[in-house]
Amino acid sequence: MTMQTGETAALTVSRLTKTFDVSAPWLNRVVERKPRQLLQAVDDVSFSVPAGGCLAIVGESGCGKSTVARLVTGLYRPSAGDLNFANGRDGKTLRAQMIFQDPYASLNPRWSVKNIIAEPLRELKLRTGAAEITERVEELLRIVGLSPSDGEKYPHEFSGGQRQRISIARALASEPEFLVCDEPTSALDVSVQAQVLNLMRELQDRLGLTYLFISHDMSVVHHMSDRVAVMYLGRIVEEGDTEEIFARPLHPYTQLLLQTIPNVRTPNRDREPANGEVPSPLNPPSGCTFHPRCPLATARCSSEAPKIRTSSSGARIACHMVDVEE
Amino acid sequence: MSTQQISEVSKPVAPVKTARRSMFSRMRDSAVWWSFTHSKAAMVSAALLAILVLTAVFAPLIAPQNPYDGAQLDMWKAELPPIWEAGSEWPYLLGTDTQGRDMLSAILYGTRISIIIGVGSVALSLLIGMSAGLISGYFGGFIDNLLMRFGDITLSLPTILVAILVSAVIRQMLPLSLREIGASAVLIFAIALSAWVQYARTARAQAIVEAGKDYVQAARLIGVPARRIMVKHILPNTLTPILVAATLNFGMAILTEATLSFLGIGMPPSQPSLGTLIRIGNQYLFSGSWWIVLFPVVQLCLLVVSVNVLGDWLRDALNPKLR
Repeated sequence: MTMQTGETAALTVSRLTKTFDVSAPWLNRVVERKPRQLLQAVDDVSFSVPAGGCLAIVGESGCGKSTVARLVTGLYRPSAGDLNFANGRDGKTLRAQMIFQDPYASLNPRWSVKNIIAEPLRELKLRTGAAEITERVEELLRIVGLSPSDGEKYPHEFSGGQRQRISIARALASEPEFLVCDEPTSALDVSVQAQVLNLMRELQDRLGLTYLFISHDMSVVHHMSDRVAVMYLGRIVEEGDTEEIFARPLHPYTQLLLQTIPNVRTPNRDREPANGEVPSPLNPPSGCTFHPRCPLATARCSSEAPKIRTSSSGARIACHMVDVEE
Repeated sequence: MSTQQISEVSKPVAPVKTARRSMFSRMRDSAVWWSFTHSKAAMVSAALLAILVLTAVFAPLIAPQNPYDGAQLDMWKAELPPIWEAGSEWPYLLGTDTQGRDMLSAILYGTRISIIIGVGSVALSLLIGMSAGLISGYFGGFIDNLLMRFGDITLSLPTILVAILVSAVIRQMLPLSLREIGASAVLIFAIALSAWVQYARTARAQAIVEAGKDYVQAARLIGVPARRIMVKHILPNTLTPILVAATLNFGMAILTEATLSFLGIGMPPSQPSLGTLIRIGNQYLFSGSWWIVLFPVVQLCLLVVSVNVLGDWLRDALNPKLR
């Protein structure tokens, strides 16, 4: 893996694989003579997240990016592969906290905001005593741009953007250095998206956080990340520096994704319409899984899966049709 | 970035401060309270239930006689008719039974026993059912299969049969001296063991839904132990449908107790519940002493109907689809 000199990786993921068993119940399988059915959600994925940086994973829905997020946080156990967290500032192995996609499901509706944010403080014994906890909760609310008096309220009294701020405050309460953000703004409307994203960037600068940022929105990714990994059907097809990828996308799928960004200056520019949909991961196409939709596909693409290759500029790409100077 | 910019971002989203309201005022403004005050059936049945429960709880203060105290019974006053019939005697408002026991006092004390057994068995089956349901729904897999199949077996036997079986077995296990005293505990246990499955299924279904939500994942990430996630996060969000089921089952539990007592395997005649009173009265129905059986039956009907009407209303009031 290439890394600019002087940077250390907060997280190194190597050959991560996650398979879900989506078979019918045992009795149905016996009666209907159905085989076991496995879903390869994440297939041999390797990447590293630089400490203090932000790696974005992009892709269409169903490509396995949320599964990667849950694997990194430990909510899922990997079927194969390794996750290696570096040591944090306190010398202990880093642990990831998470900001969730749906701000309506990520806060317990029956708990007051104060209790929601105080839960990590109590659980991890970061603060003891009611006064200290209250003080820290108010501080966290102020950090995420809410009023300290909001602690007495319940989640239903807040808008989506405010709830996402509460979610961020809860994640920050456990004093993490590594945050996994699973589409934190996709449920919000555009004006609020910008506020939440700016808040997250401010927090990154102030607290020295490392982000693994999951998104399907290329413009959000451009705004947030230092590096981008593009995923398609459980595999990484291209990875590189954000500026590099946005300026010179190499993989045909990355090019297709970039064409989805609306442009104010040339709203009616000549666009190649994205043909086809993501195939079912239950029954992925042979060879390069992108070949049915790829404008460059040849016979080789449908028979042989491309290996990921690293170019001299540090970009990684998995495509037969792109020349990479190794 | 400077704090100046942060406060600029925060300004438009900071909501106006509102003082936290008291529980009472929140209850008064709630949709459930509104629905209650707009449902005549709910208010009438709640009032009736309140009267029945209060008179039963304060039976020792209200009742003219202690029906458990043999010394107070007077065989010369046996089978007196109610006060409005010829041959009646003060203070036997509802007449007396064949042992000179005042019917009103016996009914008040009997209701007390019925309510205690009803509340006790519902509470115990709630405890069993919700624990099983939460564990099943949260962990899934083998333990889920084990608990739910056990529940299926329980459910495939008629409630009354399970109750008879359990009470017969426990009764045999108790020493003779404890059988009279422990009769109500045995009944509570027997009824609870036959009724927990419904709560377990409801709690399991809710627990599966809640356990999939992100707030539970967030708690897991923090490292909150499973037991605490179940009790503090999932349980409060599963209570609504279980509360409704518990209210409706309270009526069922009272009826099951009455049935068991009527069949003679419930409360002994020395501490008669409503069911026992009906069984005793049933024997004198054809000798013309209709009051011995009628009044306990009326009381039992009032109690169960008021509980059921209230439960029906609660189910509708808490159902978001019907609002």
